[in-house]
Amino acid sequence: MPFIPHTEEETRLMLEAIGVRHIDELFDEIPADLINEKLDYVPPALDEAGIRRLSRKSADADGHYINFIGAGAYEHHIPAAVWQIATRGEFYSAYTPYQAEASQGTLQLLYEYQSMMASLTGMDVSNASLYEGASALAEAVLMAVRAQRRKQRILMPVSIHPAYRETTETIVKNQGISLSNIDYASESGTIDMSQLSDELGDDVAALVIPQPNYFGALEEVDALVDLAHKRGCLVIAVVNPLSLAILKAPGEWGENGADIVIGEGQSLGIPLSSGGPYFGFMCCTQKLVRQMPGRLIGRTVDADGKQGFTLTLQAREQHIRRSKATSNICTNQGLMVTAATLYMSLMGPAGMAQAAKLSHANTRMLVEKLTAIEGVEVAFNSPVFHECVLRINTDVDDLIRAITAQGIIAGKPLESDYEELKNCLLVCATELRTEAEMDDYALHLERIVSKR
Amino acid sequence: MTELIFEQSTAGRINNAQFLAGTPAIDDIPESLLRKKRPGLPEVSEMQAVRHYTRLSQLNFSIDTQFYPLGSCTMKHNPRICNEAAMYDGFSGRHPSAPDSTGQGVLSCLYDLQEILKDISGMSEVSLAPMAGAQGEFTGIAMIRAYHEARNDDAREEILVPDAAHGTNPATAVMCGYKVREIPTLDNGDVDIDALREAIGPQTAGLMLTNPSTLGVFETQITEIAELVHGAGGLLYYDGANMNAILGKVKPGEMGFDVIHLNLHKTFSTPHGGGGPGAGPVGVNERLVPFLPVPKIVESSGEYTLLDKKDCPQSIGRLSCFMGNTGILLRAWVYARLLGHDGMKRVADYATLNANYMKAKLEQAGFEMAYKTRRATHEFILTLKKEKAETGVTAMDFAKRLLDKGYHAPTTYFPLLVPECFLIEPTESESLEELDGFIKAMEEIQQEAIEQTEMVKSAPHSLPVRRLDDVRAARQLDVVWQEEQT
Amino acid sequence: MSNVPQELKYTRSHEWVLAGDDGQVTVGITDHAQELLGDMVFIELPEIDHELSAGDECSVVESVKAASDIYAPVAGTIIAVNENLADAPELINEDPYGEGWMFRMQISDASQLDELMDAAAYEAIEEEE
Repeated sequence: MPFIPHTEEETRLMLEAIGVRHIDELFDEIPADLINEKLDYVPPALDEAGIRRLSRKSADADGHYINFIGAGAYEHHIPAAVWQIATRGEFYSAYTPYQAEASQGTLQLLYEYQSMMASLTGMDVSNASLYEGASALAEAVLMAVRAQRRKQRILMPVSIHPAYRETTETIVKNQGISLSNIDYASESGTIDMSQLSDELGDDVAALVIPQPNYFGALEEVDALVDLAHKRGCLVIAVVNPLSLAILKAPGEWGENGADIVIGEGQSLGIPLSSGGPYFGFMCCTQKLVRQMPGRLIGRTVDADGKQGFTLTLQAREQHIRRSKATSNICTNQGLMVTAATLYMSLMGPAGMAQAAKLSHANTRMLVEKLTAIEGVEVAFNSPVFHECVLRINTDVDDLIRAITAQGIIAGKPLESDYEELKNCLLVCATELRTEAEMDDYALHLERIVSKR
Repeated sequence: MTELIFEQSTAGRINNAQFLAGTPAIDDIPESLLRKKRPGLPEVSEMQAVRHYTRLSQLNFSIDTQFYPLGSCTMKHNPRICNEAAMYDGFSGRHPSAPDSTGQGVLSCLYDLQEILKDISGMSEVSLAPMAGAQGEFTGIAMIRAYHEARNDDAREEILVPDAAHGTNPATAVMCGYKVREIPTLDNGDVDIDALREAIGPQTAGLMLTNPSTLGVFETQITEIAELVHGAGGLLYYDGANMNAILGKVKPGEMGFDVIHLNLHKTFSTPHGGGGPGAGPVGVNERLVPFLPVPKIVESSGEYTLLDKKDCPQSIGRLSCFMGNTGILLRAWVYARLLGHDGMKRVADYATLNANYMKAKLEQAGFEMAYKTRRATHEFILTLKKEKAETGVTAMDFAKRLLDKGYHAPTTYFPLLVPECFLIEPTESESLEELDGFIKAMEEIQQEAIEQTEMVKSAPHSLPVRRLDDVRAARQLDVVWQEEQT
Repeated sequence: MSNVPQELKYTRSHEWVLAGDDGQVTVGITDHAQELLGDMVFIELPEIDHELSAGDECSVVESVKAASDIYAPVAGTIIAVNENLADAPELINEDPYGEGWMFRMQISDASQLDELMDAAAYEAIEEEE
């Protein structure tokens, strides 16, 4: 029997100690009509060799593609040491550090993680992580509404990732919070300032600012933050953490900086894995720390005055505050954060800046190569970080199908989320893409476009 | 004490192997959008980083190194093959927004997992989208809300929760815009059904129940409770935290539950990872199917597709940017296939055998059980009320002393209903020797509490740190390292 | 046995009330309550000028392991809060009836005070617990 060590003799001894003859007797409090051991679907057990064979077959079926797609998840270099250390049993198979004395490893690591994220975002504090980026935005919205007490409206630019907007809607809609769209300017692909200015009324709790936005474009963050703050509204920044190795930290946007910063942590050493597990990060100003959801690790001293780490401000959380907690969230994404902390330590500020710059430069090179093809043009005129929207003179769905067949994921088509962006493709080239791969992509694209 | 990674940093040190080649320019981004000051990340060599985090790992207790009988958390063995398989290139390298045609392998595994979970839970459909138990709860209650709203049944504004429930239950109900009403528990651990009858009415949207309950006993009146809730037009929510106790034995759908969540990081052995990631799939019966979250994995003549909100207009919507914690779901799938048909039932059998054995032995040793007349499920509660009264040694002191003896402490002070309690869950993967070792340690502490009270009260003595000053941690909040401090 | 000053009025939820001149009252939590909750780490105080009905939740006291709502003992308007508690929440543990006071209210109807418990009645409640 898998993962059950008992010999028959041991089972007999244990039953004897309990004073029953058969294991089934241990279930005698369950009404007999509820016992149903019949499983119709679950197949017989596989041994380890069998499951390895089956898993490998499935994984191999998915093969290997050259990714020119980002749209919220990015294929970056991951140092080998990241997952070798993160999957050490002492990290991998430990639980939430409730017994602090027996969890100093995880706790110190989380404190270091919080420190790294606060520094990267330029904020005062960071929590120990949330599930992933989109639901982190929902938590930030709830947090802003708590902090602003009676204001219930949030301004959500359309240039935020559509799945982030959908997720936020799912999570906050039952609490009387309204989410108002702000359009993007059609030339720049960035927030429409005049519409924003009109919408920024007294009832607005927060403005969400993506940087870079979903289209890869860089928003005028300084002006946006100052405008929002002037109208008494908080700023929630949605950022890519790797970009912060070279882009201005949200804590320094405008006069006073963003108030809450969230984002998807996947680009810090987490594999793509069809969408998860990733982790969401959340940082904020000191003033808002008690409104923050999720675990928080503090440094303190032990009975001998020696430095140690522990969960702190737990009274905000569901296991103490129950129905009045800041969120129902129970854990963080510990293992993912372990990997991210290793990633940031192994890369260092220089290594991360280099990866960010290379991603930027590669995307620029890719865009040059692709727009050299007739019928392919850049959709917006803003500077970008490492993604760009291309408008292509052909049916994008057909194009994707054809290029996928060549082992290349061409990008993310935008039309299903943005009607007006027909035949537009969001492309990305991280530091891992080579010029040869870009040439290959360009070659196939040219062939397809020229067929029309 | 291990120095912080920042204290080992030297300005200008570069880990060259991770500094990728190239001389990229960023001259097309306006200065005003660029960072002026480098982030305060550590500048260390690869060896320094590897050594530092390896050493930190050694300061942890974990399943791989210690017996970890944390009640309600199901800390069972995490087979390594589950991790190996989830990390295969074809799985770990696939982009979530790549066409479905490039993900038939991973989708077939997830679909198989969905079907397995349907089978063991007795529900009509399962969604793998929720990323944790708490998110599964949110999903379930949001679906209950959507169901009532779709029927224009708008007066239902209350969710009922037993007072013994986990804190996520009431917190979730509030996130979904409901008021919470708590239902008291009887002395034998069952729900006070008279109080329930009194509380239930046209304002009731639903009842959230864990069965076996957080008190380590099977709720025997479940059929009657289901009838009461349904009779009033409410729905019944199953918190699957304790599914390990009944896996392959009892199906929540057959107990009358309309919607359930399962914690794959408990019952299906995915790693706890120092506090996550988890996975909290939900199962529903027929009437809630239209409200399931997206994306939804469907199969048609051997081809797997993801459906989104446009395909499922009544869906409560999306819970994350992509499709949940796929890598965790894959680990659970591997585990489920390793257990197979017969293995499922064995889980509940041996988890229950281990718990009842420990309960019997600890009772013999003179410890008081909170629910003596009841069978243990996969876990049980003992109360150290008597020990506290006689020696002043509390459950917390016992817990800390257990650490000295190389055992992770059971869950302490939860559920809140039982004073000075330990919630003990051994799981099926522990051997008789390990259980006996723990029981012996408890007996020793019992003696020590009398003979060396102060020593027990100041435990632990052999861990990297002694008891920590939680009050200072909260009053003088230090959650981020500052360079100026050193 | 905890300290229950004779001159104060009490609520079932462990607030004390000191009636002053001109319809002003000072509110805090009792010695018994601070003992139950343990070392205070944070106090969330009401907003000045906030109007409250008797029984409204108006602030939160937080210790390491618990958080507890504080209710307005009478109807009225918040006119002052104890700003010192922001940096020194331990004042509630050290001196619950003095330096650890929480807020002052202006009340319109002084007869409300008659509905509160006197020291003897509150001591009886403590006994029960």
